Amino acid sequence: MAHSIILLPLIGFLISCSLSFFKSNKFIDRAAEIITSLFITITAIFSFYIFIDNIGDPSFVSIKLFNWISSGSFNADWSIYLDTATRVMLVVITSVSALVHIYSVGYMSHDDSKPRFMGYLSLFTFAMLMLVTADNFLQLFFGWEGVGLASYLLIGFWYKKPTANAAAIKAFIVNRIGDFGLALGIFTIFIVFGSIEYQTVFNNVTSFKNVNFNFLGIELHALTLICIFLFIGAMGKSAQLFLHTWLPDAMEGPTPVSALIHAATMVTAGVFLVVRCSPLFDLAPVALDFVVLIGASTAFFAATVGLVQNDIKRVIAYSTCSQLGYMFVAAGLGAYGAAMFHLFTHAFFKALLFLGAGSVIHAVHEEQDMRKMGGISNFVPITQLMMIIGTISLMGFPFTSGYYSKDAIIETAYLSNSNFADYAYILLTVGVVMTSFYSWRLMFLVFNGKTRMAEEDLSKVHESSSVMLIPLIILAIGALFFGFLFKNYFIGYYSDVFWNGSIVVHHEDHHSIPLLIYYLPAILGIAGFIIAWFMYIRKSDMAKNIAELNKPLYNFLLNKWYFDELYNSIFVKPAMAIGQIFWKFIDGLIIDGYGPNGIAALVSRISIKAKQVQSGFIYHYAFAILIGLSIIITFIIFRF
Amino acid sequence: MQSLVYILPEIFLFIVATVLLVTGLFLKKIKLINLLAIFSLLVAVFLILNQPFQSAFLNSFVVDEFSLVLKVMILIGSIASLIMFVSSKDDLNINIYEFPILIIFSTIGMMVMVSANDLLAMFIGLELQSLSLYVLAALNRNSLLSSEAGIKYFILGALSSGLLLFGISYIYGFSGNTNFNLIAVNINPESLGLIIGIVFVLAGLAFKVSAVPFHMWTPDVYQGAPTPITGFFALAPKIAAMGLLVRFLFNSFGEIYIDWQQIIFFISIASMMLAAFAAIAQTNLKRLMAYSSIGHIGYALIGVACFTDEGLRSLLIYLMIYLIMNIAVFAFLLSLKRNDGYFENISDLSGMHKNHPLRTMLIALIMFSLAGIPPLAGFFGKFYIFVAAIESEMLFLAIIGVVASVISAFYYLRIVKIMYFDEPKEEFDGSSIQSLNLLYYPSSILIIIFFIYPSPVINISEYAIQSII
Repeated sequence: MAHSIILLPLIGFLISCSLSFFKSNKFIDRAAEIITSLFITITAIFSFYIFIDNIGDPSFVSIKLFNWISSGSFNADWSIYLDTATRVMLVVITSVSALVHIYSVGYMSHDDSKPRFMGYLSLFTFAMLMLVTADNFLQLFFGWEGVGLASYLLIGFWYKKPTANAAAIKAFIVNRIGDFGLALGIFTIFIVFGSIEYQTVFNNVTSFKNVNFNFLGIELHALTLICIFLFIGAMGKSAQLFLHTWLPDAMEGPTPVSALIHAATMVTAGVFLVVRCSPLFDLAPVALDFVVLIGASTAFFAATVGLVQNDIKRVIAYSTCSQLGYMFVAAGLGAYGAAMFHLFTHAFFKALLFLGAGSVIHAVHEEQDMRKMGGISNFVPITQLMMIIGTISLMGFPFTSGYYSKDAIIETAYLSNSNFADYAYILLTVGVVMTSFYSWRLMFLVFNGKTRMAEEDLSKVHESSSVMLIPLIILAIGALFFGFLFKNYFIGYYSDVFWNGSIVVHHEDHHSIPLLIYYLPAILGIAGFIIAWFMYIRKSDMAKNIAELNKPLYNFLLNKWYFDELYNSIFVKPAMAIGQIFWKFIDGLIIDGYGPNGIAALVSRISIKAKQVQSGFIYHYAFAILIGLSIIITFIIFRF
Repeated sequence: MQSLVYILPEIFLFIVATVLLVTGLFLKKIKLINLLAIFSLLVAVFLILNQPFQSAFLNSFVVDEFSLVLKVMILIGSIASLIMFVSSKDDLNINIYEFPILIIFSTIGMMVMVSANDLLAMFIGLELQSLSLYVLAALNRNSLLSSEAGIKYFILGALSSGLLLFGISYIYGFSGNTNFNLIAVNINPESLGLIIGIVFVLAGLAFKVSAVPFHMWTPDVYQGAPTPITGFFALAPKIAAMGLLVRFLFNSFGEIYIDWQQIIFFISIASMMLAAFAAIAQTNLKRLMAYSSIGHIGYALIGVACFTDEGLRSLLIYLMIYLIMNIAVFAFLLSLKRNDGYFENISDLSGMHKNHPLRTMLIALIMFSLAGIPPLAGFFGKFYIFVAAIESEMLFLAIIGVVASVISAFYYLRIVKIMYFDEPKEEFDGSSIQSLNLLYYPSSILIIIFFIYPSPVINISEYAIQSII
């Protein structure tokens, strides 16, 4: 069963991509869709079975598939490492992936390279499964790069769009910085521990507690260094502050891709990495502080930017960025279970929101600008209902999934004694208001108020087909009930048994929290809703007035704190300038000029001369013979 | 009388040629005569393979392993050009029954050359060969270019024969002998006259193998002569003259190799470099092949300059691969025909990939092989030569060789580029090349599979050199 979970997506990818080489026709398209969707659905069912089976009776299985690299003391296997953390990820990945596969059948129905798309989705799923089922850091790295590749391919899926290509390249390059950190982290782990296998590393971690490591001539605490390197990798993949710039641009990809990769699964790989390495992080307090600092800052930063964005997908993208910040705060405060719990619930409600947004975009004819929507609630009732469910779960409305997981994080921040706990608590709490505000702003702008669409466009607005709506409904169930169903396992009374040692679990006394603090997130969430309602429904010109009044602030937020511009002038432009020098001057002028081009020019000049010697006159020829002979004889006589 | 048995193949061919000549006068069936000629050349191959190794006529004519291998190679070259002749005689205006007969006479001359162990035998062979070639070059009397080529070749050939004879007289004067072995015994290393004699003889031989600076006739003759004859020029005489050069230098002047090594060294470098540069500016394929053969002779001469077993063996390997590649190239040139007209400019090849994918692919492979790109046969030919040069510490020759082959890669690859990537032109005829396929496919296949099974070629060259060293 575990084998087929890994292999079916790979087979689906191979079949589908082979089909994409044929001339596209209805049969081939349909075959690719059915094969990939069916395979992923089967893996999803298997994953659920493996997950549920584990709840009552936690077990740990590690299946070695075959040896990959064995060189000296270095050993890496291909394996399936099934502990609770992996099982949680399996459920998240395969269920969202299956729903996205099915949804794509409807969403991509007008596209002319469906087999390629379905193949890439399956490739992504395979790579992501490799990442989470690794029993060593090298296989994890393989999966890590594999999902990066699939993400690149899918963001640039519509390769005829220049913006899509630019976004794909940007995602690849920014991720490369993070991957460099991850690679350094893995190298350091091997140097320090002499192994990259999880079990060897995690079981021996206490004996390396006080080891120092010489990095660039500086003696550093080895575990802290390792954890910071790993976290840099996580920052790239999970779009945390400073390495976040690729995620909003990645929205150039098709919407199902955004739901699968850039909301539910790949971007959470960073969180998974930190949680997976919780035995290491737990002994590196400085690294944990760093994680909290970055996580909280990201949560706040992304929320502020989300307030003013006009592109429906970008709002949700910043929301994802912000929620990932919440998860890192939880992980950084030692509440790894809470981080995984939020990852779990977030996957469902954020995938729901994205797929809902896709349904909206489909309905309004590929329009993504919310300023050109509005007043379509009567045309797309089911989509609206589903997105409301996603939104209330995201804002943390009581008893929805998001309520349980987000509250747990905020309470942890309140209770924690960590250095940055207070900082995190304040930012996260403010973030709650903003989350609620921008989510409802999105809802109101899209569905309510007076329409800002053209008359003829409005008349063509239609509800999506059932193949797109059914995945939404299934995700909505997850977004509503999974929090309640699983909270006791992830963070509650059964957490010790549930996690079964796969992550570090700390216990806190949640009863000592004052009632106000306990209800504060819910209250703030509702407050955000009311503000949004007031600004966009009640007095619909108020938002504009506020923006006018605070023009500099508005622009600051609209331009995403000018991160792109800053990076452009700090990194991109100097790099381009240096590149220009190397290309035009050093390579073009010196190397090419005196190397290939210079020699080529010289050769052609010589060859023309050599041709001219061949005059055709017989006395020239005889002369050449005699001159040649004379030279040789002269030479011989002098040498003699 | 006993000695006549040892020259049985030569006598057989001589009788055949005479009979055919007389037959041709009465029976104007060129195709039949040509077929008989091919057949008798095959018989000659059979006779050569069954000859006892012996020396005849007071040791002035030897039959040994070396001469056996070279003679077979020469006969293969002659047969190939007779096959080319069949396919093109009507359209090239050379519908003359003397063609096969002249080829046979020239072949006899070459066979004498590679067996010659005496300065006079050498000269007789050389002249028999050359006289036939002069006529062949001018065979198409209606073509200005062909006549011009014949005249040029004749005058310059006469000059080189004069140089050669002058050298022979010097050598005889300073050593008192004409027999190679006796010269070697009576050699006086201190004698400048002897060395000057060697230089003159070498100049005459270098003319025959068209090595720089005695190469000037080559492009004009290659271009002017009808293509089957050009093919013959490129194939057989080169091999014969190389064989003669080796026997002359190794058998009689092995002791003073230091002195002649320098000359070969110089000629080899000059040939490689000039061919590489001059070929780039050519637009005519036959002229290009002329420079190509000059370059290849330059590489082959490295093998002579080494004066080692290794060098000699690599020289023979090189000559065998050269023979095969040139058969393929000239068969290809003759297949460039459209409505009774032949095409020989590089630009005529433009886009021929479109209409003749298989033929183009094969010729591209042959071009890669000529340029010396692995894993094709041409690469190994050069490889063995360079290894031999490095092992006998002639690093400079090896380096120049590599540089020259990099430069020459340009003009071979340009042909490939033109065939594949330029605008396609009209289709070439497919029907007339059936007999060429006999040359085309076997040689291409040999070039391609050489790297899988190179040992026969290596063994043959190993076998051939045992009688020299």
